[in-house]
Amino acid sequence: MEVKDSMTKRSGTGVLKRISGPVVTAVGLDAHMYDVVKVGKEALMGEVIKIKGDQVIIQVYEDTSGIRPGEPVENTGLSLAVELGPGLLKSIYDGIQRPLVVLVDKMGNFIQRGVSAPGLDRGKKWEFTPVVKAGDRVGPGTIIGEVQETNIVHRVMVPPNMKGGTVKEIRAGSFTVEDVVATLDDGTKLTMMQRWPVRVPRPVVEKLNPDIPLLTGQRILDGLFPIAKGGTAAIPGPFGSGKTVTQQQLAKWSDAEIVVYIGCGERGNEMTEVLTEFPHLTDPKSGKPLMERTCLIANTSNMPVAAREASVYTGITIAEYFRDMGYDVSLMADSTSRWAEAMREISSRLEEMPGEEGYPAYLAARLSEFYERAGRAKVLSGGLGSVSVIGAVSPPGGDFSEPVTQNTLRIVKVFWALDAKLSQRRHFPAINWLNSYSLYLDILHDWYDQHVSPDWNKLRAWAMEVLQKESELQEIVQLVGSDALPEEQQITIEVARMIREVFLQQNAYDAVDTYCDMTKQYEMMKAIKKFSDLAYAAQVAGALPAQIMAVPSKNELPQIKFIKDYKPALAKILDQMDTEVNALRSGT
Amino acid sequence: MKEYRTINQIAGPLLFVEKTEPVGFAELVNIVLWDGSVKRGQVLDTSDEIVVVQVFETTAGIGRDSGVRFTGETIKMPVGKEMLGRILSGGGKPIDGGPEIVPEKRLDITGAAINPYARHSPEEFIQTGISTIDGMNTLVRGQKLPIFSGAGLPHNDIALQIARQAKVLGSKEQFAVVFAAMGITKEEANHFMADFERTGALERAVVFLNLADDPAVERIITPRLALTTAEYLAFDLGMHVLVILTDMTNYCEALRQIGAAREEVPGRRGYPGYMYTDLASIYERAGIIHGVKGSITQFPILTMPGDDITHPIPDLSGYITEGQLVVSRELHRKGIYPPINVLPSLSRLMNLGIGAKHTREDHKKVSDQCYAAYAEGNDLRGLVAIVGKDALSERDRMFLEFADLFEDRFVRQGQNEDRSIQQTLDLGWDLLATLPVEQLVRIDRALIEKYHPKFRGQKGAAPEKAAAR
Ligand SMILES: Nc1ncnc2c1ncn2[C@@H]1O[C@H](COP(=O)(O)OP(=O)(O)OP(=O)(O)O)[C@@H](O)[C@H]1O
Ligand SMILES: [Mg+2]
Repeated sequence: MEVKDSMTKRSGTGVLKRISGPVVTAVGLDAHMYDVVKVGKEALMGEVIKIKGDQVIIQVYEDTSGIRPGEPVENTGLSLAVELGPGLLKSIYDGIQRPLVVLVDKMGNFIQRGVSAPGLDRGKKWEFTPVVKAGDRVGPGTIIGEVQETNIVHRVMVPPNMKGGTVKEIRAGSFTVEDVVATLDDGTKLTMMQRWPVRVPRPVVEKLNPDIPLLTGQRILDGLFPIAKGGTAAIPGPFGSGKTVTQQQLAKWSDAEIVVYIGCGERGNEMTEVLTEFPHLTDPKSGKPLMERTCLIANTSNMPVAAREASVYTGITIAEYFRDMGYDVSLMADSTSRWAEAMREISSRLEEMPGEEGYPAYLAARLSEFYERAGRAKVLSGGLGSVSVIGAVSPPGGDFSEPVTQNTLRIVKVFWALDAKLSQRRHFPAINWLNSYSLYLDILHDWYDQHVSPDWNKLRAWAMEVLQKESELQEIVQLVGSDALPEEQQITIEVARMIREVFLQQNAYDAVDTYCDMTKQYEMMKAIKKFSDLAYAAQVAGALPAQIMAVPSKNELPQIKFIKDYKPALAKILDQMDTEVNALRSGT
Repeated sequence: MKEYRTINQIAGPLLFVEKTEPVGFAELVNIVLWDGSVKRGQVLDTSDEIVVVQVFETTAGIGRDSGVRFTGETIKMPVGKEMLGRILSGGGKPIDGGPEIVPEKRLDITGAAINPYARHSPEEFIQTGISTIDGMNTLVRGQKLPIFSGAGLPHNDIALQIARQAKVLGSKEQFAVVFAAMGITKEEANHFMADFERTGALERAVVFLNLADDPAVERIITPRLALTTAEYLAFDLGMHVLVILTDMTNYCEALRQIGAAREEVPGRRGYPGYMYTDLASIYERAGIIHGVKGSITQFPILTMPGDDITHPIPDLSGYITEGQLVVSRELHRKGIYPPINVLPSLSRLMNLGIGAKHTREDHKKVSDQCYAAYAEGNDLRGLVAIVGKDALSERDRMFLEFADLFEDRFVRQGQNEDRSIQQTLDLGWDLLATLPVEQLVRIDRALIEKYHPKFRGQKGAAPEKAAAR
């Protein structure tokens, strides 16, 4: 693993020749690809993205209004990198890791340019506790100590691009991220902070098969189309179909230990919502405020496009860093389409040959490189960690045949297809159960067997079959009306309706229903199956579908969703169901 | 200031100027014609060889002999308190015969992005008095909620009714209105102006008019001037501002025109690939800032070409705004005003502004249930057309009737009918009461017992007995 650091620094200054929006051209600059440069008198941050003869083409992360040809450009010789260390959690950054909180202090309520601020607070002191001692051997990625960052323990590691050695000295105490906490025998000094270039994946020992589900508390996800820890998923959907709500639900309730949430080219208010809401929500597992495990990246639609392009890399690098500590991390990117559009905009300014719909020809490659950084892995420090990546996709006109959706589907393993027809009738989450899929079902089969119930997988298959059957029957109903169906099929339609309305529909805004654990999911599905069995039996015994459908206990079932301590109520309903449906049997 | 006479090429709204001293990107440019008149433009691309200038007015009269002056600063808007009550051109010049605006400040019209950390979540319920909005797609202060309409539909009346009736309950303060017209007809503009004058709203309004026969490229700056003014009123003077932008479709056409003139690779249907980002730089200029008194609520109006919601203009808008109100030709044909189709409409911030704290505890559930029932009834209409009413089950018939009732009583209301939120919600319950109680699966028992007309006023009734079966 070769990673550039300040030792191989190139420097030098050039002169601006042309400014065209976020893309500028400099001449006379000694530069390599992806070097970070300072553009103009105000030293705006930029990155080299193309070299053509003596012309160096640079994307600038800030507004370029007023910049003139002839102004200087200075090469820092460093790659675009993030600062990794204590202080990442509870933070909110822009696309190039400038802390937004600090920016408010420095330049007020609006984002101005030319202000830089380090990703990690230089003044703050953290209590460092060593976990190795003088004389121990440490290698790349070895954990040398711990910091209680929030309720999360931050594990301080030897950077993966250092070769390590024998610890000569290591100190406990209160330090800033720049203070030396350990020295190796070859004189290498270690601090709690490391820098890592965002476009380079952090190394692991090996990638493993993801065979544990990332539980989300969302019935249609955990129940029908699960994602594994370390897996990849895409949520495509037209505007207003529920991409952001689903992503936020995952950020809130998924059983990851760390959450990285990237607002990439989306709304400012949505980030504010997360900032306002998360501190008041508690993790159902740890009971701690959700904000304590979260890192936010907000590069909204009206912030510079080049920084939007970078935001996705900034986010995934932070996610990998926590993975390297042995944590399960989940990363949401809302929306990868805006990222792709940023690439398109930059590419068109470079006058590159456009590919499909104006996107650059390397779109597919960039998308797959990004999703490849997900995975469950044996990490350098010896433990296991994972990064799950869930990307929203915003196809123009809701048409999934467009390039970003298609190229994404070629890579990800889980597809949650949002459907405007469902969202318009307020069926939420508006995930289409016929088009969606999860390729992790087989690999997760055993887990569900062992941790939920041996009959869970069968129940799931049954539910999918009923839904499939319903869609076929609906075609007939559209032609002849439901009363013309045979009685047995009328019951099938009713059972399918129950699966949809009771199980699949889940209100993100209801205090109880917003999160549903696996046991409750199982109990609910079992209850529907029970009704189904009783109903078919009663119908065979001569009861009329209308009578069966009218039993009060069946109509009580949806209420279970809104009850926190649901077990007694459910037991009562099931008892009642037995009596009521069986009464129909004997009654006719 | 140095004047160049080095225009090399003129193409559409673009000038290509040669051999200048270094010129800043996005600088304001004055072009001096042979008769001494001055046109304004902006630098789109600058290098030591050639500078590309986009002119905001017609290029008629500009020639290679015209003078070009680079001002060294980006476009600024002079703003001041006295702007209220004034009518300005789409380029910001007074056209009401009144005096020039005495500026208290000169602000950059691009407007910087609000730091997301400085934003305050919108949450104050705005009562518009229109049931389909208040009940089903609730608007909150600081939201951007566009009206997606079609040619010939009454979107202007709806916008005016909102501007007239909008209020925050418990607050006496009225909204200031910033109105920006882009490419609308004189007649439409008069309709707005007459209503503003009649209701006295003009005193609290700033009007920008770029009409159909004004230069199309000027439309690129009109909304930015309007929003710069709105930001001044809101964040400097602490006012609550309602911004009406109409018609965004004309704005997008102007954007396409410039893209074509620059020979850019076009995106979908010829619109520039950066249209999303460009529209976001307008729509995102709404909201509330922590510790600052005012707010900006945006009502962009756009007409969907061919009534097609997947057309890039409504599509990209919908991806940025916080919901949309969709005006339906079908309801309009049925003679229903306001013809807002609630099914494709949405207010994403609704949940922040409703409930016990803001409106009433049952609001969310009533709205969800009405949606589900209306959607179901509406679907059945298609079926009825094929198989007839008789083939429907008892249950289906009830939903079908619900859909009709809903349109007739809930959606339909007068242009001056100002319903309170209580009236709207009670009306919702009255309609839901036509369905059997057990069909109200989206509402929990407790709320049914409290608000359902059947149980209203029966406080303390034992739940088991009350849930009539
Ligand atoms: N699970 C859910 N429960 C309840 N309401 C939901 C749910 N999912 C979505 N909604 C509703 O749908 C609205 C739109 O959802 P959301 O903002 O997530 O859409 P989106 O797909 O992200 O759209 P865009 O592409 O424009 O950002 C929400 O404001 C909310 O009202
Ligand atoms: Mg979204």
